[in-house]
Amino acid sequence: MTFKLTEENLARIEKARKKYPTALAAVMDTVYIAQEQNGYISTEVMEEIANVLGIDKVNVLSVVTFYTMYHTKPMGKYHVQVCTNVSCMLRGSYEIWDRVKEKLDIDNMQVSADGKFSLEEVECMGACGYAPMIAINEDYYENLTKEKVEEILESLK
Amino acid sequence: MERIVLPGIPNLNQLEVYLSNGGFEAAKKAFSQTPDDVIDQVKKSGLRGRGGAAFLTGLKWSFMPKTTNLPKYLCINGDESEPGSFKDRQVFEDNPFQLIEGVIITCYAIGAKVAYLYIRGEYHKWIKLMQNAIDTAYELGYLGEKMKSKFGTDFSSDLYIHKGAGAYICGEESSLMNSIEGHRGYPRVKPPFPAQKGLWGCPTTINNVETIANVAPIISKGWEWFSKMGAAKHPGTLLYGISGHVNKPGVYEYPTGMLLTELIYDVAGGVPGNKKIKCVIPGGSSMPPLRGDKLEGVRMDAESLKEVGSAVGTAGIMVMDEDTNLLKVLIRIAHFYHHESCGQCTPCREGTGWMEKTLHRILEGHGTSKDLDLLISVANNIEGNTICALGDAAAWPVKFMIERFRDEFENYVKKDVTIPVPNKVHSMRQTAVPLADIQK
Repeated sequence: MTFKLTEENLARIEKARKKYPTALAAVMDTVYIAQEQNGYISTEVMEEIANVLGIDKVNVLSVVTFYTMYHTKPMGKYHVQVCTNVSCMLRGSYEIWDRVKEKLDIDNMQVSADGKFSLEEVECMGACGYAPMIAINEDYYENLTKEKVEEILESLK
Repeated sequence: MERIVLPGIPNLNQLEVYLSNGGFEAAKKAFSQTPDDVIDQVKKSGLRGRGGAAFLTGLKWSFMPKTTNLPKYLCINGDESEPGSFKDRQVFEDNPFQLIEGVIITCYAIGAKVAYLYIRGEYHKWIKLMQNAIDTAYELGYLGEKMKSKFGTDFSSDLYIHKGAGAYICGEESSLMNSIEGHRGYPRVKPPFPAQKGLWGCPTTINNVETIANVAPIISKGWEWFSKMGAAKHPGTLLYGISGHVNKPGVYEYPTGMLLTELIYDVAGGVPGNKKIKCVIPGGSSMPPLRGDKLEGVRMDAESLKEVGSAVGTAGIMVMDEDTNLLKVLIRIAHFYHHESCGQCTPCREGTGWMEKTLHRILEGHGTSKDLDLLISVANNIEGNTICALGDAAAWPVKFMIERFRDEFENYVKKDVTIPVPNKVHSMRQTAVPLADIQK
């Protein structure tokens, strides 16, 4: 299966490309755009990125496998990220983590059978003063309790 | 009380409001002076970096070569991934134009035409807010080519956001540059320092978001005013991020050199349930922790914290009450550094993993007193033996937590444990018992 970036996304990549003196520097923005279109980064996607930017495939692979926000497997429609780092932990994030795990019935980096949810235990998200927190896709939910988390997850069903 | 970075003016994140409060006057003033004058004022102000190392900002700028044919770059570090730090997002949200004004003044001072603002990828919301502010600034001539007519100079600079993708290491300056260039976030060997060879081999200066946000007020109100605020050797204000066991966690701007106890009890409302404090990490998770019974008189500035064996870091204060299990906290910290080690240097890549494993052994009840010494020894072998400071950052919490709370950690380990050894003969090499006696 081949993967092609849409015209609209190619234009966005072109815009990103102009920020930098080299094409390679635009790789991180491009991987984000491709991930948005495809949901995850497969080998075909990496090939397309390399072609579009005119860089080596290995450069794309190298970046995709280094940064944790790029996914090489499909994730759920709602990617639930629970921070369990110290500031959150002190305010009960492991209880939140357990509740989310129980509720979604999946473990770290797994996807629910219906493909609706995926779960990730993440490192500090920079919300220490509003702990505990979770992020769902791009949105932060802060100052949580177990009950609030449950409400949030239910509202997504 | 005067606040510099987050003055608390309503809607200051709107350009009209920022302008009506004296916005971009500092830039006008700076552009009427020579770049060297601007650097000189920042030097005299005593402004020190707010990203962790507290290096003198003006001095850092003066390292940029004056005569070079290469383009120069400015990077603004908003990676903010040190656990316990959550201050830069407040700047993006509440005062983005003061940051932009700081960027163009800094670019003018160091001679950079292009600046990259590195923001961590998880900050989707704040990236959008900042991008909107940048777009507005371009439209109205505070960035880009239009600056020339707006300010009547022949100087202009561009500002682009580079979105990170979830790597703590990219907050390290040379790793941040590799990430902007489109590589893995591997730190570079120094020297050469970024001012000689930075982005794409060109002279580059890297400053923290909060540092740059301090620049415009220093220029408009004068370095004397700034240098008189807070601690003499570390003047100005800090965005204290207080988290953990306090009643009112959050980001608070106060002068440097505040009493740690005043911040915890008066500003952040004290500890829930009036519990005692067991431990405080004063500047983000990599800084050496302080004992709760030794907080009296400790002041939050680079010099004072150095005296008590810690560092100001990002001023992210984590408070732990008397019921906290420090072993679990330390395991969580060790896990973080193991996860975030980029893997370039052996001491850090392997050492962080072994520290985590050894701590887990203690948690599972198989630890001995010797494990505590082993952990300190592993930490000592990481510290100073790696390309970047992540090695030190991983070593310090383990080393100092165990050293300073030895009494507590001794309770987690058994005094005397016999570890079953499957290969008896092998184990005999370590004993004084003659082999012949055993063979009977």
